[in-house]
Amino acid sequence: MITLEHMLVLSGLLFALSVAGIFINRKNVILLLMCIELLLLSANFNFVAFSRYLGNIDGQVFVFFILTVAAAESAIGLAILVVLFRQRRSIDVEDMASLKG
Amino acid sequence: MLVQFLFYAFAAVLLGSAFGVITSRNPVHSALYLVLAFFTSAGLWLLIEAEFLAIVLVLVYVGAVMVLFLFVLMMLDINAEEIRKGFTRYAWLGWLTVLAVAFEIVGVVVVRRMGVDVTRVPVPVAADHSNTADLGAVLYTRYVYPFELAAVLLLVAIVAAIVLTMRKRKGLKLQDINAQVATQAQDRVRIIKMAAERRE
Repeated sequence: MITLEHMLVLSGLLFALSVAGIFINRKNVILLLMCIELLLLSANFNFVAFSRYLGNIDGQVFVFFILTVAAAESAIGLAILVVLFRQRRSIDVEDMASLKG
Repeated sequence: MLVQFLFYAFAAVLLGSAFGVITSRNPVHSALYLVLAFFTSAGLWLLIEAEFLAIVLVLVYVGAVMVLFLFVLMMLDINAEEIRKGFTRYAWLGWLTVLAVAFEIVGVVVVRRMGVDVTRVPVPVAADHSNTADLGAVLYTRYVYPFELAAVLLLVAIVAAIVLTMRKRKGLKLQDINAQVATQAQDRVRIIKMAAERRE
């Protein structure tokens, strides 16, 4: 059977990989957004696993809200990215500072 | 036994696709790997009987968020080579971080256990038990205000995304509805009196 330990280790490894992705792709805004999605996914793994293994449904409600916030965050992030690309013709994080109003 | 095999297979695919997301040369490949990661996660959530969230993950993430990502990626003309500069310079720091974080989290989970019985196996639910009904029962009672706040948050996100990306282009022929409604007869037709003229 799958134990809680299996799920927690898997989510820890996923979290570590996405943190590494943020370090590696630190210039590319769109990949940073994708790494943040992965990071939230690994957090959701913990919530779902604890909710299931402790027999408490509240954790899954939290995942529901995290999904909502993540969708809103990626929509606004991509909108900012589009504005940045229109202004600077690049998606480099270092050009973000020049996006003043 | 089959469940365990499926878990290891899905976990391997999930970690492999996460690796693909962070190392692909082409951002479109990264997005497609991310789609695979979400699909595999949905499978894993089905394995631990969180059916509603598994379906929501596929519908919301694969169906909406990743399509948005791919849409933006293909709309922008991104020079991938330019972005790859500095990839190798900080790669060692990235891998060092992945090692440290993985070691710490796995260590804490495996060694400390925090008073939680991590090797426990959940009580299996009945075949006709509805995870969706369970979730709905608390979502619309105890969590009704957070639920409505989430709806407002989504509305704010829609407005913000539209306002951010809206732009006025010069030379575009647009209808000005206010001006059309507020117009008066004398703006459109001018009646003048003049003496008759004779055309040659």
